Amino acid sequence: MRKRFDLLIYSWAWISTFAVFLTVSCLLWFLLSRGLPTIGKELFFGDASAWEAISGQVRVWDALWPACVGTLSLVFLAALMAVPLGVASGIYLACFATTPFKRILSLSVELLAGTPSIVMGLFGFALILFLRNTFFPDANTSLLLAASCLALLILPYLIFTTQAALESLSDEYRLIGPSLGLSQLQTVFHTLLPASGRGILGGVILSLGRAAEDTAVIMLTGVIANAGLPHGLLGKFEALPFRIFYLAAEYQNPAELNSAYSTALVLLCLTGILYGSALALHKTLEWQWNQH
Amino acid sequence: MLLQGAAIFSALIVLALFGFLVYFTLPLFSEGQFMELFSWHWRPFHGEFGILPMIAGTVLLAISAVLIAYPVGLGICLFIHGLGPTWLARPVLFLVHGMTGVPTVVYGFVAVFFLVPLLRTHFAHGTGFSLLAASLTLSILVLPTIVLLINTQLQQIVPTLRMTTEALGISRVHELTRISLPTASYGLLAAAILGFGRAVGDTLIALMVAGNAAQIPGSAFDSIRTLTAHIALVVATDSQSTIYHSLFAAGLILFMTTTSVNLLLHQIKRRVYREEQSA
Repeated sequence: MRKRFDLLIYSWAWISTFAVFLTVSCLLWFLLSRGLPTIGKELFFGDASAWEAISGQVRVWDALWPACVGTLSLVFLAALMAVPLGVASGIYLACFATTPFKRILSLSVELLAGTPSIVMGLFGFALILFLRNTFFPDANTSLLLAASCLALLILPYLIFTTQAALESLSDEYRLIGPSLGLSQLQTVFHTLLPASGRGILGGVILSLGRAAEDTAVIMLTGVIANAGLPHGLLGKFEALPFRIFYLAAEYQNPAELNSAYSTALVLLCLTGILYGSALALHKTLEWQWNQH
Repeated sequence: MLLQGAAIFSALIVLALFGFLVYFTLPLFSEGQFMELFSWHWRPFHGEFGILPMIAGTVLLAISAVLIAYPVGLGICLFIHGLGPTWLARPVLFLVHGMTGVPTVVYGFVAVFFLVPLLRTHFAHGTGFSLLAASLTLSILVLPTIVLLINTQLQQIVPTLRMTTEALGISRVHELTRISLPTASYGLLAAAILGFGRAVGDTLIALMVAGNAAQIPGSAFDSIRTLTAHIALVVATDSQSTIYHSLFAAGLILFMTTTSVNLLLHQIKRRVYREEQSA
């Protein structure tokens, strides 16, 4: 009886692991086999030459270039807003906050982290409706709005990782500053922050990946299918994840469908690189600690 | 001071979110349209704005996704902690970590062109865009959340027990199912709740794969619409102000659901912390 139960649990562990491995392999094989053949200059720039497209001499239609630029500027703007705020909040939570205050702050950050991305998008949409009714009658969804909402989305990740990186430092590190007669602020900036820099950087990269992949937020805040290159902060824009979504629903011909496969592959590579480097940073950190 | 300001600002954002959602839902209460929301019919052209089918769709989809992902996730955790070969434990964990990096839209995309046609041909039943397809896809999305949470719990427990149980001649399965897992019971509960929260909040998979018909599904092969997909669809297609109110009501319900999920998790964490302190 015991034997049979053991066998059942064993086989369940093996089957579920194998099933997940199979699923992920299927996903990769499916995307690679259909997406890889169309990856090339044509996919990114259409008929224009690469230099003409990048320098903006020729407008690119039906190709990935505008979406790439859109996603990059989105991620850059979101990081510009969220990184200083998130890292500062993380430092405050880890090094300065008193216990009851810290509990309230952490709870609200946790709530923010749990909020679905579509609700963040809805928040941005509501903001525009609000502005239209009050101060700016012609406010509209735009690159700036989408980036701000994405910044809200990645803010909790930044706070958590910064806080965790600082709190995981050993007590020796914490005592260096006070033992030299430094103030708490000096301690943080001269000993603790340099020591946890890698951990914080890992968190920043992870949040960039999160900002690059999210679709629900930008759907409500200004992404459209054929915007071309983004026209400034208040213009509409294209983005890689939205292009995948759009093509999956509205592709006109097999060629467009094929380009959708390769777009998915490109986005997967982008987030893969970001997550991979964050993981690598984390690993080298662990390795360093083990050396001590 | 600057740091404190930043932290307070981050915390205030949650309040601002909540405030905006309530502010835009309020007209529903004052104009007496509130009860209209709680009807089973979404027919905007007939003036019926019921969002009950979407609530039912969200709950059904999230629960079925967790029901699929949870046993599999548990199996993987057991595999990592002793039932599989030791040299495979790290690669499997790496694979699960890697899955967290796959964009949701890519999962949705592959499901549309791989899973849905598969379901359509093998079960000659409808278009394939269904509750079943969506919950299978969504279960892959929530799987890493579940595995990683249970895994962190087991990592703290298993190494301290292994020597003792081996010395006592207790089998691996017996050790894991009778000692380690019961010890990690709060972690097991937290994993299920967090998985549910993730599943409720997802938009893209439901939007791309579930078919989006605002109805009560008669079977797993029927199409459903979730609250998240509803928000995305309404913003994309309509621009009447009456519809907007129902939009914010949907957003408010979502926000309150995930908030209660997180408050629950917070309570669990505090209880575990207290027990650790007293032990």
